[in-house]
Amino acid sequence: MPNGEIIGHFGPYGGRFVPEALIGALDELESAHKSAINDPEFQAELTHLHATYTGRPSIITEAKRFAEFAGGARILLKREDLNHTGSHKINNVLGQALLTKRMGKKRIIAETGAGQHGVASATAAALFGLECVVYMGEEDTQRQALNVARMKLLGAEVIPVTAGSRTLKDAINEAMRDWVTNVETTHYLLGTVAGPHPFPTMVRDFQKIIGEEAREQVLALTGRLPDAVLACVGGGSNAIGIFHAFIPDANVQLIGFEAGGDGIETGRHAATITGGSPGVLHGTRSYVLQDANGQTVESHSISAGLDYPGVGPEHAFLNDIGRAQYRAITDAQAMEAFAIMCKCEGIIPAIETAHALAGAIQIGKELGPDAILLINFSGRGDKDVHTAAGYFGIPL
Amino acid sequence: MRTHLDQALEKAKNENRAALIAYIPAGFPSYEGCKKVISVFQQAGVDAVEIGFPYSDPVMDGPTIQEAASIALRGRTGAAQVFSTVKHAHESGLATLVMTYWNPIEKFGVEAFAQEISNNGGSGVITPDLPIEESTQWQGAVQASGINSIYVVAPSTTQERLARVTSHCSGFVYAASLMGVTGTRTSVASGAQDLVSRIRKETTIPVCVGLGVSTREQAKSVASYADGVIVGSAFIKILLEAKSEAQGLERVEALARELVLGVREAR
Repeated sequence: MPNGEIIGHFGPYGGRFVPEALIGALDELESAHKSAINDPEFQAELTHLHATYTGRPSIITEAKRFAEFAGGARILLKREDLNHTGSHKINNVLGQALLTKRMGKKRIIAETGAGQHGVASATAAALFGLECVVYMGEEDTQRQALNVARMKLLGAEVIPVTAGSRTLKDAINEAMRDWVTNVETTHYLLGTVAGPHPFPTMVRDFQKIIGEEAREQVLALTGRLPDAVLACVGGGSNAIGIFHAFIPDANVQLIGFEAGGDGIETGRHAATITGGSPGVLHGTRSYVLQDANGQTVESHSISAGLDYPGVGPEHAFLNDIGRAQYRAITDAQAMEAFAIMCKCEGIIPAIETAHALAGAIQIGKELGPDAILLINFSGRGDKDVHTAAGYFGIPL
Repeated sequence: MRTHLDQALEKAKNENRAALIAYIPAGFPSYEGCKKVISVFQQAGVDAVEIGFPYSDPVMDGPTIQEAASIALRGRTGAAQVFSTVKHAHESGLATLVMTYWNPIEKFGVEAFAQEISNNGGSGVITPDLPIEESTQWQGAVQASGINSIYVVAPSTTQERLARVTSHCSGFVYAASLMGVTGTRTSVASGAQDLVSRIRKETTIPVCVGLGVSTREQAKSVASYADGVIVGSAFIKILLEAKSEAQGLERVEALARELVLGVREAR
């Protein structure tokens, strides 16, 4: 393979920036993924699992009372929160767990921020009889204690990471160190569309079912395509999952909402595309929150799942070519939308998802009452009850 | 163009021994302390020094080097401090390399980084997370600056890939002795010798072995088949555990002298 011709790039983004020790494992994974997606038996097995275990297809809920806060636009929620384990993360995890079996590996490792990917990984490990180790930043183990308990109940080992900012970024560092050491027996079940090739492509392929289903569902329900598709963006797996089927539909706006934390101007945020610059982190070139020396800057968000200073390379590319746009939603805006969703629709969203809901309030007002907005309702808020109760002053 | 590193490795070869290469992150244990450590390396008879560019997300490093990097970063070590440390090492007479994760190079500017290394007397750069497939711009930059480009290969690297990676190397090929992160080990993995002989089928340039070497005995054993022995975490551990800078420097010098003997008693 001559220089510069490695596949797995999105324009100048993506690629592989990893130690040589991992190249063989990434090649193996790439070829397992390629052969699996063209194998009807693999696809049938995954489809069967989704139908009988995940609960797919996920439904669409029209949020009519919430819509009053969003300029009267039609608000259609793609209910990934109703999946088994409570978020979109299971879509990718089941796909990669099947690949793990296919590669003959017996142990999976995973990183987790909010704990949703860790719970999904622990679930799949239980289902397939795999050993599972989940790395989680110590700060996140505290703010997402319920998910730590869930992972342990499912038989996974949870290792709190005390290095650096003690959040998702450091959990990924530790998982990569484990992988370099145990690569022969272990699959790194990465939870988002970041990391070295083939992860951004492979995870997207396992998540794009969200948009494929939703596109058909919205057409059936409304007779047309939505005006905008909205999702929150941390690493960006739920966003790419719902965006992907709509990329060829030039009239459908794709809008990602990053975690603005205390506000971009404060420097305390996790809005990587809005407030970062191109660089390399965790094996891929994309936008990164970094300082003048290329050191990663710590991110801040009320949402553990969005609290990450990188973003998937395909999002960086979609941003640069203008096919998708990315905006920042502050903690306060997200929590306001969170409260409205709870009280007007009877659905408690994950705080990650609440960023997309706050985005819907903005975009609905901009596009007006004739608009149809499709929002990826990526996760449920059970895990966030403690954080939300604290935020709203509800005694526990 | 022959670099100071090329000459140091050739000198060791002419003396029928392996070279000893010592690693220390810039800014550790402090900016000035690092320069003192480098002077101690030189006095002890080390052949070359590898100066680490401390990075916030060192995924190839174990706890010892991670801690050293955090200390260096808290002391605000950046590109300017790395380059001036290179200059100090070069002026003290050591062949001088920089080992860095890729992002600091990309952020500084790829061509400018290679040029600054050269301007400050550095011989080359080790890029452990830059596969050759992502190296087109870097290869142009190192060639324009006349410095060595050193890539790391691992026991898992296939023979076919060894041929391609080593064809991009100059100065030496860095053979990682095991699958894992940096840190001291009780023994050097047996896979290291196999890897070195596999590398020699593909290239005639020197092969140096790193990861897990910390004692005179280990250095001696690796020096029996490799052209160079790279030691890092063992020095850093001493400095982290020392009660004072003076004690740390004294113990670093004692270990360096032991290792210098180790690489001389192998053949």
